[in-house]
Amino acid sequence: MNYFLALTSMLLLATGFGLLIIWVSRKFKGEGNPVVEQINQVLPQTQCGQCGYPGCKPYAEAIAKGEAPINQCPPGGQDGIRKLATLLDVEELELNPENGEAEEQDTIVEIIEADCIGCTKCIQVCPVDAIVGAAKHMHTIIGDECTGCDLCILACPVDCIIVIPAPLPAQIRRQQKPDLLKTIQEASQW
Amino acid sequence: MTQWFIIFISAAFVNNFVLVRFLGLCPFMGVSNQYKSALGMSYATAFVLTLSSIVSYLVNEYLLVPLGIEYLKTLSFILVIAVTVQITEMILHKSSPLLYQVLGLFLPLITTNCAVLGVALLNVQQQNSLLESAFFGFGAAFGFGLVLVLFSAIRERLEMANIPKSFRGIPIALMTAGIMALAFMGFGGMVNA
Repeated sequence: MNYFLALTSMLLLATGFGLLIIWVSRKFKGEGNPVVEQINQVLPQTQCGQCGYPGCKPYAEAIAKGEAPINQCPPGGQDGIRKLATLLDVEELELNPENGEAEEQDTIVEIIEADCIGCTKCIQVCPVDAIVGAAKHMHTIIGDECTGCDLCILACPVDCIIVIPAPLPAQIRRQQKPDLLKTIQEASQW
Repeated sequence: MTQWFIIFISAAFVNNFVLVRFLGLCPFMGVSNQYKSALGMSYATAFVLTLSSIVSYLVNEYLLVPLGIEYLKTLSFILVIAVTVQITEMILHKSSPLLYQVLGLFLPLITTNCAVLGVALLNVQQQNSLLESAFFGFGAAFGFGLVLVLFSAIRERLEMANIPKSFRGIPIALMTAGIMALAFMGFGGMVNA
């Protein structure tokens, strides 16, 4: 009888606390900073750093805080700036030439594997870990992961990285990436 | 009034949780690399400790004692602490993003801080009342925070000091902690508790 009492009371206590947590989490639902999330969705997720920030999310945070103007993202192009301007209800600006020129078309890069000396320099600069390879072994680029940020081209000492037009799915992929990222973040929260 | 003051001083200095009772050593070593993070950890611990000692007192007094199942106090206190931390984190996240930025990182760490469970269990052992429990919890947190901040300041200085190679890092930190514990023994006998 006593065991039964102990078991039920602990179960009830745990269930009660569980329900309390559910209620509080519904009541205080926070998406981090919703503005940052929305800006981040608009940014192209190339993680190229041309805006002067380490990646798209930090740039989104800076925009949300009002520390950065919206015209520093060359991969997003004028289209991206227009979207940001609509989202934030501010004036549309011309792309800042100091950050680079807008890309004509969607591109990714490819390694001319015959020329690769295996120095791993491109692996170190890749912001999305899209390059595989080891020291003194040939490297290659995972086309599905490459965002076309071109950071590896400058790092390559033998100029064996070339720009190629992105396969069509890349555009779809870029739009999906933030969602995937969000799913992972949400899953890891608990 | 004097009685609460004595409880506070006793928990903070005489029976300091880190250096006299040797509870909560994990964050004491882990988060004391930098003065700033030590300060954040201290604030977060103070908040959670005070709150959880109040809640666990209520659970003990109104659930465990009437049902005669005090032997389940460890289990239920762990539950109470985890829930308190989780709810605190959620409410902070929404209502005060600025404070969340300071404390947020440290809150989940506190769940596994044995000083928090220690305070809850000692409250029962010493048969403290509700207010006494709260003061005991806050005093313990104050002592923990004080020692943590002092220790981190010392460690920051030690980073710059010219220490023999074999003593660098954790060894000198452990020795420092030992000497601090010796110094805190000076408080012994100040209050009979």
